[in-house]
Amino acid sequence: MLVSVYRYNPETDLKPSMRDYQIEIPGGKDLMVLDVLAMVKEQDDSVAYRRSCREGVCGSDGMNINGVNGLACITPLSDVVKNDKLVLRPLPGLPVVRDLVVDMSIFYKQYERIEPYLQNDDPVPAIERLQSPEDRAKLDGLYECILCACCSTNCPSFWWNPEKFVGPAGLLQAYRFLADSRDTHTDERLANLEDPFSVFRCRGIMNCVAVCPKGLNPTKAIGHIREMLMERGA
Amino acid sequence: MANIRTMTFDGVIVGGGGSGLRAALELSQSGYKTAVISKVFPTRSHTVSAQGGITCAIASTEPDDDWRWHMYDTVKGSDYIGDQDAIEYMCSEGPQAVFELEHMGLPFSRNEDGRIYQRPFGGQSREYGKGGQAARTCAAADRTGHALLHTLYQANLKNNTVFFNEWYAVDLVKNQHGHVVGLIAICIEDGEVVFIKSKATVLATGGAGRIYASTTNALINTGDGIGMAMRAGVPQQDMEMWQFHPTGIYGAGTLITEGSRGEGGYLVNKDGERFMERYAPNAKDLAGRDVVARSMVLEILEGRGVGPDADHVLLKLDHLGEKVLNDKLPGILELSRTFAHVDPVKEPIPVVPTCHYMMGGIPTNIHGQALGQNPDGTDNVIEGLYACGEAACVSVHGANRLGGNSLLDLVVFGRASGIYIEKMLSSGIEQQEASDSDLELGLSRLDKLNQSSSGEKVADLRKELQVIMQNHFGVFRKGDFMREGIQKLQAMRERIENPHLQDKSNAFNTARVEALELQNLFEVAEATAIAAEGREESRGAHARDDFTERDDDNWLCHSMFFPDTKTLGKRKVNFAPKTVPTFEPMIRTY
Repeated sequence: MLVSVYRYNPETDLKPSMRDYQIEIPGGKDLMVLDVLAMVKEQDDSVAYRRSCREGVCGSDGMNINGVNGLACITPLSDVVKNDKLVLRPLPGLPVVRDLVVDMSIFYKQYERIEPYLQNDDPVPAIERLQSPEDRAKLDGLYECILCACCSTNCPSFWWNPEKFVGPAGLLQAYRFLADSRDTHTDERLANLEDPFSVFRCRGIMNCVAVCPKGLNPTKAIGHIREMLMERGA
Repeated sequence: MANIRTMTFDGVIVGGGGSGLRAALELSQSGYKTAVISKVFPTRSHTVSAQGGITCAIASTEPDDDWRWHMYDTVKGSDYIGDQDAIEYMCSEGPQAVFELEHMGLPFSRNEDGRIYQRPFGGQSREYGKGGQAARTCAAADRTGHALLHTLYQANLKNNTVFFNEWYAVDLVKNQHGHVVGLIAICIEDGEVVFIKSKATVLATGGAGRIYASTTNALINTGDGIGMAMRAGVPQQDMEMWQFHPTGIYGAGTLITEGSRGEGGYLVNKDGERFMERYAPNAKDLAGRDVVARSMVLEILEGRGVGPDADHVLLKLDHLGEKVLNDKLPGILELSRTFAHVDPVKEPIPVVPTCHYMMGGIPTNIHGQALGQNPDGTDNVIEGLYACGEAACVSVHGANRLGGNSLLDLVVFGRASGIYIEKMLSSGIEQQEASDSDLELGLSRLDKLNQSSSGEKVADLRKELQVIMQNHFGVFRKGDFMREGIQKLQAMRERIENPHLQDKSNAFNTARVEALELQNLFEVAEATAIAAEGREESRGAHARDDFTERDDDNWLCHSMFFPDTKTLGKRKVNFAPKTVPTFEPMIRTY
């Protein structure tokens, strides 16, 4: 199989280029893209990419695979490869540190901006805070985010305004805390998102939903935040 | 000071997983200047992969639960070489530590009354083994580790912990008086090498499951802290004790939580027989992990395995129904479909025992202080050095860890380390100094790599190492075969110390990191091999064909591996809990 990898080393390259590797894929097994990358690295140890859990829960190996953002470790070749060719590029829209490694600072900054931690001013009880199974169920589809950035780097609004638009990943977490029955800072959280950019730059394109490797739906969460902001404004 | 930048902190924590983040949180909260060095962004640490839950007697699903019952189970699970003072501390402090996590926002699953959901796990009992199966493992669906790690990272953001993300710790810096004064680290993004100076250095670097060819562990689990400690002369405890998890997905190694058996799933052989009924008539599929893993291997060895090569068994979940599976085990459905190409709602999952957890590690007391040994066999504290989580051996797991106890261990002892260091700092301990020659160790290893012009490829050496460990030090072990394995390893040392690093660039050079990781893997592997050959008995996870019985007369003790001489010694197990009577060793059946 032909594997074409985006290469860029800031110390030696003036500009990025694609480099091709011929990889022998053993028969009878549907390898993951990450397995193939490891085979590339055995040929050429200078290829840089991030990886950790290799099972789709740590969010390290988000990349652009034959044109679509996804996690290399849970993307089987059979899902993405046509004509025996695999093209691997870094996630779009973020500065490239080297090869498939992008600088995620702005992505993390937007995550931190929504104050991603429970805030509750009531005195803590001696045991846990109680929460009904129904209230807990409101967090399903929100808390599972792995911060892989596949969604935000697939979002034209985030490409255009990465400094001002929180982006789908950050907003999914913003709603995770707005939806938590144990959090008492709803008003402050909404006030922090009220401007024309933070939330309202979402145009409902749903590119985020299309690529989320965990099957989450940031657009829906953003819709809920919009409703809460409207209600608060009214 | 050698030609590198120095940064100074009150406390530095190596590792951004659960125990490191819990220790960091404790220190940051008290206002001390705290840094976390992590080779990956913290939420990419291996804690994220923990599934089933955190075992703790919070008396929710099990309303009259008692931490002493949990302690009894843990002592028995350890096959009696877990330290009883440490187990007592973990089980009694546990509820407070778990409630704190909930207060930080951890999205635990809930019971109807709004309290935390708990599920049954292996080796759990009521009333000191006499009251039947308990349900003691607190869960956030089957993504408890993910929920826990993200919550702890978030709490650290709130408390302004300083993070050095994607920095790699190379070696400890120890001065002439034997004090650890900090470490050498390299910034992966730009290759800068720095000396990070600190009054307290905490190794929270997790496990090293990547010494085996087949493991549930993340690719980053390379025992970096163990390697660092050994190069600084720190002995390692119980390194022969490796847990093989019964249910790794056949072929892929990915973990299927014990919680799937806790929810009612069970193992079957090729005849469809629920074989655990024969090996553990009472606990059945929820016997200790070592017991279940061995039973599976025996089924396979006796020809009752499944598949064309009859080399695995099946985990049946379909009888639980789609609703339970969706509610309680959603992650398992995902992993099975992705990695085993089966849908557990309809068909069983092919599974095989897979390397999962390192019970051994850096010996510590319950405050996380790293321990050496005096010539008379008593402990001595290594000043400035702490360890917690999987890298440490405090020891609460002894020869076999119970499911759900690793998350409790890392939270309780991460917290305990933080509390103790805070106390030391507020009592006014001085920063110890290091000389240029003290920095040499870490720098020389890097220099050698950076100047390598010949040698073998890291990937090839790593594979060779993993195959040796898999073949010679697996679920069942035998003396002559282990000695052969040790010889093979010894023949590798020179080659592993001198690999060829082709890529010498500075920007995000992962080849350099992998070469350094390989050297750590090797130290862990060699310690494991020598300790396994030395312990001439079968206990917990350590099962020998040539010494099939537990030998309390000679081996009711920890093993201590001394890296400078590569010899094996012994250390006493603690049998003196403070508030409950000692649990005396008994025959261990489930």
